Amino acid sequence: MTDTASKPGQTEVWITGIGLATSLGEGLDANWAALQEKRINVDEKGFAPFIVHPLLPVTFDSQIPKKGDQRQMEAWQRIGVYAAGLALDSAGIKGNKDILSKIDMVVAAGGGERDLNVDTGVLNAEAKGANAPGFLNERLMSDLRPTLFLAQLSNLLAGNIAIVNGLGGTSRTFMGEEVAGADALRIALSRIASGESDIALVGGSHNGERKDLLVLYEFGDFNLKNKFVPVWARKDHAGFALGSAGAFLVLESRAHAEARGAKPYAKLSSVVTDLARRKQGGDMEATLEKLWDKLPKRAGKGAIISGATGAEPATSEERDFLKKHADFPVRATGTMFGHTMETQFPLGIALAALSISRGALFPPNDSTGTEIEMQGAPTQIVVVGAGHWRGEGMALVEAV
Amino acid sequence: MTAPRDKLGRPVVVVTGMGIMTSLGAGKADNWSKLVAGESGIRTITRFPVDGLKTTMAGTVDFVSVDPFSSTGLSERMAELVTQEALEQAGIGAKADFPGPLFLAVAPVEVEWPQRRELGRAVGAEDFTYDDLLRISGGGKYSAFHHRFMFGSVAAHLAETFGTKGSPISLSTACASGATSIQLGVEAIRRGETDAALCVATDGTVNPEALVRFSLLSALSTQNDPPQAASRPFSKNRDGFVMAEGAGALVLESYEAATARGAKILGVIAGCGELTDSFHRTRSSPDGKPIIGCMNKTLADAGMTPDQIDHINAHGTATPENDKMEFNTTSAVFGDLAQKIPVTSNKSMVGHTISAAGAVEAIFSLLTLEHQRIPPTINYETPDPTILFNVVGNKARDARVTAVMSNSFGFGGQNASLILTREPA
Repeated sequence: MTDTASKPGQTEVWITGIGLATSLGEGLDANWAALQEKRINVDEKGFAPFIVHPLLPVTFDSQIPKKGDQRQMEAWQRIGVYAAGLALDSAGIKGNKDILSKIDMVVAAGGGERDLNVDTGVLNAEAKGANAPGFLNERLMSDLRPTLFLAQLSNLLAGNIAIVNGLGGTSRTFMGEEVAGADALRIALSRIASGESDIALVGGSHNGERKDLLVLYEFGDFNLKNKFVPVWARKDHAGFALGSAGAFLVLESRAHAEARGAKPYAKLSSVVTDLARRKQGGDMEATLEKLWDKLPKRAGKGAIISGATGAEPATSEERDFLKKHADFPVRATGTMFGHTMETQFPLGIALAALSISRGALFPPNDSTGTEIEMQGAPTQIVVVGAGHWRGEGMALVEAV
Repeated sequence: MTAPRDKLGRPVVVVTGMGIMTSLGAGKADNWSKLVAGESGIRTITRFPVDGLKTTMAGTVDFVSVDPFSSTGLSERMAELVTQEALEQAGIGAKADFPGPLFLAVAPVEVEWPQRRELGRAVGAEDFTYDDLLRISGGGKYSAFHHRFMFGSVAAHLAETFGTKGSPISLSTACASGATSIQLGVEAIRRGETDAALCVATDGTVNPEALVRFSLLSALSTQNDPPQAASRPFSKNRDGFVMAEGAGALVLESYEAATARGAKILGVIAGCGELTDSFHRTRSSPDGKPIIGCMNKTLADAGMTPDQIDHINAHGTATPENDKMEFNTTSAVFGDLAQKIPVTSNKSMVGHTISAAGAVEAIFSLLTLEHQRIPPTINYETPDPTILFNVVGNKARDARVTAVMSNSFGFGGQNASLILTREPA
C-alpha cells in the first residue's frame, strides 16, 4: 500500500483554491446554497430511461475568453478548463505569471466524446451492405473532424488548461476512473509535502451527458434507470446517474501560501489509495478499513463525505464499512451531483474543505437514515472514494 | 563503494531489470542485435485493410496474439510480456509479489471498432440510431466490454498478475508517457516511499481510427514504399512519423536496496525533468523555451553539466517541425557540443511507439551504455543541412558512453527528459 500520511518534519499542505462547476451551479456560493436547500438537478427525460445530472449552464467566455480555444475542446474539456480557472481565481493566482509559470498540474481524466453521427453513419451503411475493404477507412478519413482527436485525448484537458491560463510547470494526467482522482491528489500532496513542489493545480472534469458513456457503462449494467432516488436507497434499484462536473483544487505548501498571504480553506493531511481484488464479498470493505487505519489519528469533530456510486456490490460494501463508523455523519456526493467518475474524489475534497471553512457540514439528503444531521463545525472530514468496479481512495481534510 | 545518495542527498535510483518489445521483436537480445544492425521493423500493415488510407505502413507487433483482438488487449499482453522479462532479470520479490508500486504509461482507452460493429450487427436492423445501440448494450451480454474498456483495466490486470503494491497509476502524457512513468517511479523512491517501483509503458494502438486521426493532423509519413525507408529522422526529405507498437518495462530500485540484495545494476536514472509548453495543442513554442527549460531542469536534477553528456537519444520523430526544433533547443542548451555529441533516433527503425516511446528509448539508451555502441539512425541519406547534429547515420558506432540524455516531447505541451548513466556518480 502506498500512502502519503504526513510524516514529522514534512511540509503542511493547504487547500488555497477551489473551483467548482457542477449540475448545481458554478462557484462555491451557488453550490453551497444548493446543498443547503437540498436541491438536486436531474434530467430524467433527455436520456430516458437513463438519468443524468446535467451541467447547470455557464458562460464559458469568462474563463475561456478565446472562442477559438473553446472550439478546440469538447464539453468535458470546457467544463474542466472552466473549473480550473475558477480554482486559480479562488487561490488569487489567476494571471500571476511568477506562480503560474511553475505551478505543477496533476489532472484525472477520462477521454473525450465520440462523434455519434459518424459512428452510427458507418454502422448503418455497413448494415445496408457496405463491405468494401476500405469502407471504414474512407468514411473516417472524410467524416472525422481533424481536430476532434485533440478534444478526445486524455492529456489534452491539462494541455488546454495550460494554454488558456499560461501554466508552465509540470503536467501529468492520470487515467483509471474514480481512483485516478484520488491518486492525482495523492501524488500532488506527496510532491509538495516532500518539497519537490510548492504549489499544484489538481482536479478533473466529466461530461455525464454522453450516450457513448451510457453505452460503456450499460455494458456492465451500471446505469441508474427510470427513477431517481438517493444513492443509499438504490440497493434494489442499483446504478449510478452520470453527472457533469469540473472540480479543481489549488494545493500549496504552508510556507508558500503564507509568503504570499494566501488563506487556506483547510489542510489536506493525507491521501491513501489501494486496489482491492474484489474477488470475494468483503474484499473492498476490508480494503476501506485498512485505508481508514492508515489515516492520521482523528481526535476532532469528524464527518465522512462519500463518493459512493449507487452501483452494486460496491455501494453495499461501503455501507457495511460506514456502519462500523456510525458516529461519523455521512454525506454521499453521488446523490446531489451524480456520478462524475474521475472528478468525484476531487469534488469530495472540495466539499470537505468548503464545509470546514464554512463551519458546518451540509445537510443530509437521504431517505434511508444513513445520513444523519451534524451539529457544530466539523474539524476533520474523511473523504471516501470507492470505484464502481476497481480502486479505492481515502483522504483526511482538516481545519488549519 | 559508491554513496547510496546523490549530490542532492536523495537515494540514487538504479535499474535492475528491463524488458522490451517492438516491431523488431521480443526481448532485449533480439531487439538490440537488430537495432545495431540497422534493421527496420516498419512494414505494410496487414492487420486490417489499408484501402483509402494515405499512410499504409507502421511498426506493428504482429507476433503477439490476442483473442478477442483489441488495441487495449494488445497493449495489455505486451505489457505483461515485457514485465515478465524485466522481473526475470531483476530477480526481485517473489512470484506475483513485486515489492513496490506500478506506474503504467498506456494509451487512452475507448470502445473500438470491432466491438462497436458487433453491437451494430446485434441491433439487427438496416436503419438505426445511437439509442438503439444503447438499448441493447445492457443485460450482461457485453459485460466483458465494460471491463476491457475501463481506463484502469490494463493497470489492474498487471497489478493483480505481478502483485504490485497499492493503487497502480495509469498515466498519459502523450508521447512523453513512457518517460513520465519512469519519472514517477524515480520520485517515489527518492521520497523514500518505496525501495522499488515497476515502470511499464505500452502502446498497441495501430488501428484504422488511430491512423486516420494522426493522418488528419498531417503528422504521419506517407512515404509508403518501401515502408522500411519511411522514417527519416534529421533528413531533408523527412515527412512525418511512423506509428508503431511496443512496450518497455523497467524495475527501478534504490541503489541501497539493490546492492543489499546483490542485484546486478544495469544503469542509473540520474536525472528526470519535465516542463509544460502552453503555446499550442500540437506545436512547440517557436522560441523553444519550454524544451530548453526541460533539458536544463533534467541536467540540474542529475547535478550534471552539458559537457558530461556524451550521447543524446533524440525524440527524433522525423516530423519536419520536431527534428528542427530539437536541434535548435539542444543547441541552446549544449552550445557547440550539440554538433559534437553523437545523436541517434531509434524511431528510424522501430517507428514511434507513442505512449511507450519514452520507456522503449530509455531501455535502448541503457543498452547503449552497456554495449558501448550507439545504434544508427537509418534512412539518413540526405541530411537536413539546417540540422547540424552529429547523427550516427546508417551504421552503428562504437563509442565511450557514460551518460545519455533521452528526450520525449508530446501533444498537449508535454516535454520530458531523462539522463541515464552507467554507474552511480
